[in-house]
Amino acid sequence: MREMIVSELTQAVQELARGFARFLPRLIVLVIIAFAGWVIAYLLKILARSILRLIRFDRLSDNAGASQLLAKAALPPSSELVSRFVFWVGWLGFILLGISVLGIFGLQEHIARFFLFLPRLFAAMLIMFLGLLAASFFSRAVLLAAVNSNLPSPRFLANSIRGIIIVFALSMVFEELDIAQQTVLVAFGIAFGAIMLGLAIAFGTGGKELAQRFLESRLRHRHEEEKNEDELSPL
Amino acid sequence: MLEEVSTKKSVAALRTDVKISEEGLLTDDFVRQLINVGEVDILVGLPTYNNAKTVGPVVAAIQSGILQWFPRDRAAIINADAGSRDGTPEMVVGASIDDVRRRDFNRVALRTLHSISMQYGSTVARGTALRTVLAAGELLQAKATAIISPDSTNIKADWLRDLLKPICTDKFDLVLPTYARHKFEGILVTNLLYPMTRALYGLRIREPYASEFAFSSRLGNQFLAQNQWNDDGAGEGSEVRLTLAAITSGLRIGQSFLGAKNHTDRHAADLVPALRQTVGVLFWSMDPNFSLWSSKTGSQPIPTTGAEQEFTHDPRRVNRKRLHEMFRSGVAELASVFQSILSAATLEELQKIAGLAEEDFHYSMELWVRTVYEFAAAHHKAVISRDHIVQALAPLFRGRALTFLMENRNSSADRVEANIESLCLEFERLKPYLLEIWSGKK
Repeated sequence: MREMIVSELTQAVQELARGFARFLPRLIVLVIIAFAGWVIAYLLKILARSILRLIRFDRLSDNAGASQLLAKAALPPSSELVSRFVFWVGWLGFILLGISVLGIFGLQEHIARFFLFLPRLFAAMLIMFLGLLAASFFSRAVLLAAVNSNLPSPRFLANSIRGIIIVFALSMVFEELDIAQQTVLVAFGIAFGAIMLGLAIAFGTGGKELAQRFLESRLRHRHEEEKNEDELSPL
Repeated sequence: MLEEVSTKKSVAALRTDVKISEEGLLTDDFVRQLINVGEVDILVGLPTYNNAKTVGPVVAAIQSGILQWFPRDRAAIINADAGSRDGTPEMVVGASIDDVRRRDFNRVALRTLHSISMQYGSTVARGTALRTVLAAGELLQAKATAIISPDSTNIKADWLRDLLKPICTDKFDLVLPTYARHKFEGILVTNLLYPMTRALYGLRIREPYASEFAFSSRLGNQFLAQNQWNDDGAGEGSEVRLTLAAITSGLRIGQSFLGAKNHTDRHAADLVPALRQTVGVLFWSMDPNFSLWSSKTGSQPIPTTGAEQEFTHDPRRVNRKRLHEMFRSGVAELASVFQSILSAATLEELQKIAGLAEEDFHYSMELWVRTVYEFAAAHHKAVISRDHIVQALAPLFRGRALTFLMENRNSSADRVEANIESLCLEFERLKPYLLEIWSGKK
């Protein structure tokens, strides 16, 4: 009996040792891949940071209004954030590659899904960034035009344009990421419709005079009152 | 038939002289008409768009000027039209020189005066109009070309002499006008364009943006070849570009006093387009010419025939309250835009004066010059869209215009001139500040 127990234990220990011996090289490979991945990801981070500085990405980000958002959230500047993102995605990719070498059942599929998701994540980020850039550009253009035309509430007009473009960009991002497509579509439709209806009602009732002035200035080309006010030419 | 074949050959032959970039610009019919003219000594360009009300006397004055001052020269009038629907081109081409001859001189012209019209497009593009005249001048090998505005209702025959003679006889390359103007007309010129051009390039050019001017074939051909016509809306602000081209090429520039000028098509409401055509172009010129303007200190007068500038004082209606309101609302509403363009100190000062009542309002010369220089540096660094930077200057200019109006309300012509001179000197004094912020030291 005692011998049997010793034999079974010895066999189990030997099997564990054999299993560990079989697993150890894979673990070493994982560690090597993870280490090499860290080095490569770090180099990629430095490269990304240099390229982003070269193309003055922070200024683009300022123009897009993304820098202000990041500052409010106590996050680092855009170029630093993107280069850190590149590092973590790169390193995580290598770690997952190493894990796949371990041959753990069921993990392979999730790892493959992660790699398939990456291009969509990048596309979504690009869409969001371009959306912010467009929102900032067009809202500033509207703000300047409204101020120089002496229209009332120029900031409200500019913010409305910014909001509409950002909502539109967000809906595209969610669609790209395949997150709650139906919900987002319906929510976007309701929100956009509500904004438009709200603006129409506000413009039609609250801003009757503004609408009148706007239409008059459009139809008459120049407001008669203003025409008689200044007789001076800037040139 | 033979004649037609020969004309076609001539058109083809002449087209080889035209640069490929100009090929799409000039129509075959226009080139054919130019061939019929041959070579000319004097060319007068007349850009038009629905100017039937004023163009008749302008063409008569041009014809009169050519007959009186250039009777022995071969001359042509080129009308570059933007698609007028009121018969303007027909009026230009149909104007007979015989009427002018009989009325004014009773003498026989020694040369035929040709008038040709070409529609260059369906919307007004002053750059394309100038380019059409330049291309025609190159083909006709005109020695001197004058551009005359079709809305100059008080044009005189002498203008042709004053603009073209310095080119023909004294070998000037560009002759710009000076006018007798109301002291509050052209505040953008007197408070920004003239002083800043002077401080940058060291030449005291009173009207860098002129609607009447003349230039030599040397400058015309060089400008036609070098100017980037496809940039910035078909050569927007091409008049200032031509002036800057003459300055940066070191060509001879002169001024001629033309007397009073009435403008019928310019209005205070057109401030933003005016800023784009003048200040936008001036800012744009600073990048490629940095080595030239950064080395200049002080300024020199340029040869001028007649008075350098005259001011009239007749009463004008100006809504100062509106200027004040637009400045105040501009500073308040555009604060986020100004944060990208201006230094914190300048913005703080602007916000401070925006809080002043109209009667206490004062936008000092120093603050104005610093504002303009910071805008120029922001334009260079493209901190935001360059067009947005130029547009953002409009409300601040209104503030400066208000101060200029208040300061010179009861001033004599000499006092106004002295104030403008002080502003010019301030622009020159603060030029090192521009150099500092240009290279990013501040």
